[in-house]
Amino acid sequence: MPQISLTVNQKPATAVVESRTLLVEFLRTSLGLTGTNIGCDTSQCGACVVSIDGKSVKSCTMLAVQADGAHVTTIEGLIGADGALHPMQAMFREHHALQCGFCTPGMIMSAIDLVETHPEGLTEDQIRHGLEGNICRCTGYHNIVRAVAAAWPLMHKQPINQAAE
Amino acid sequence: MYDFQYQKPTTIEAAVAALAAEGDAKALAGGMTFIPVLKQRLNQPSTIIDLTDLGLSGIALEAGKISIGAMTTHGAIAGSADVKKSFPALAYLAGNIGDRQVRYRGTIGGSLANNDPSACYPSAVLATGATIVTSQRRLSADDFFQGMFTTALDPAELITAVEFPVPERAAYAKFANPASRYAMVGVFVAKMPGGVRVAITGAGQNGVFRHRAMEAALDKAFAPAALDGIETPVDLMNADIHGSAAYRAHLVGVMAKRALESALA
Repeated sequence: MPQISLTVNQKPATAVVESRTLLVEFLRTSLGLTGTNIGCDTSQCGACVVSIDGKSVKSCTMLAVQADGAHVTTIEGLIGADGALHPMQAMFREHHALQCGFCTPGMIMSAIDLVETHPEGLTEDQIRHGLEGNICRCTGYHNIVRAVAAAWPLMHKQPINQAAE
Repeated sequence: MYDFQYQKPTTIEAAVAALAAEGDAKALAGGMTFIPVLKQRLNQPSTIIDLTDLGLSGIALEAGKISIGAMTTHGAIAGSADVKKSFPALAYLAGNIGDRQVRYRGTIGGSLANNDPSACYPSAVLATGATIVTSQRRLSADDFFQGMFTTALDPAELITAVEFPVPERAAYAKFANPASRYAMVGVFVAKMPGGVRVAITGAGQNGVFRHRAMEAALDKAFAPAALDGIETPVDLMNADIHGSAAYRAHLVGVMAKRALESALA
């Protein structure tokens, strides 16, 4: 069986895995990082999104061996050393952007990638389009979109869409 | 998922040799279709050959031609300044495949080798008459696609690049399935130096096909009105829970006009 070495939430992890082990299974079962959820079997729901080398990826649609050598960040890795929430987490709480919370870890990982890759600003349309890989069955998305828009200025330290104007 | 051996070769020659060594070895590109297929136990390869380290990713713009490495992701194509400038219809197509996470990993070569009848890229490749470059030869788009999930590729042959001739005008219009984002009907219209080509994906029983009646009409007049009254044979259309054959035949006409409007915009 292949051995993999990767960095998860800034800590080294080495393990022997079956070739068929999905990254999400490795994170949840081998590392105990159960914040990353499995919501579907069809790569559609986005509950399993994690960051791999800075890009949001569905960890249910990637083999653990494919993450060999990668830097992985899960929802557990967002919290600051002082215990402070990431601005995206804080805004999800502030704007009541979750109800049952099952989609939230993946939604937050996708939203952070979306905000980081749009330093020029984000419109509501772009936020909705950018989150189409994440399904939420509770909120109707309005508060999620508000939370992402509210996190943008905190992450870029300037008012949203000022850069675009 | 059934278990398998995993290999990650670093040269095309080694990858081809590994595929040839075992009859039921399979190549893994971005895995956005293949891994879900494995999860559902619809395929049981003995060995998976990961193509990530073959150095097949990249976009090169030459005179009148864009060459795209097989392992280039949809996201990289959608975001490429060269593609956006010289062939915006392709950037648009790539930017609307699946979702952000799929576009980070899914590749053009993987999509073409799979030849899903609802995939977007086959329409762009066929409409522009692109060339599929493989580990052993060059294939024209007209020869490459051979029906649903079927291509001219040999079992141990890998796509290495796709060469698109840059069209004078082009556009893609997709009616996406709201859940999967796959094309229920996708129409790619390209005005090439040698004439207009129209390729339809998502709709046909045998995968992507050229709509010759539309091509002939648009060669006379490159305008939406030229498509008035042009029929799409219902008996060639796919029918499933998402739409009947008659519905798809109708959508082909509607989406072709939208593609044309956007090519002229």
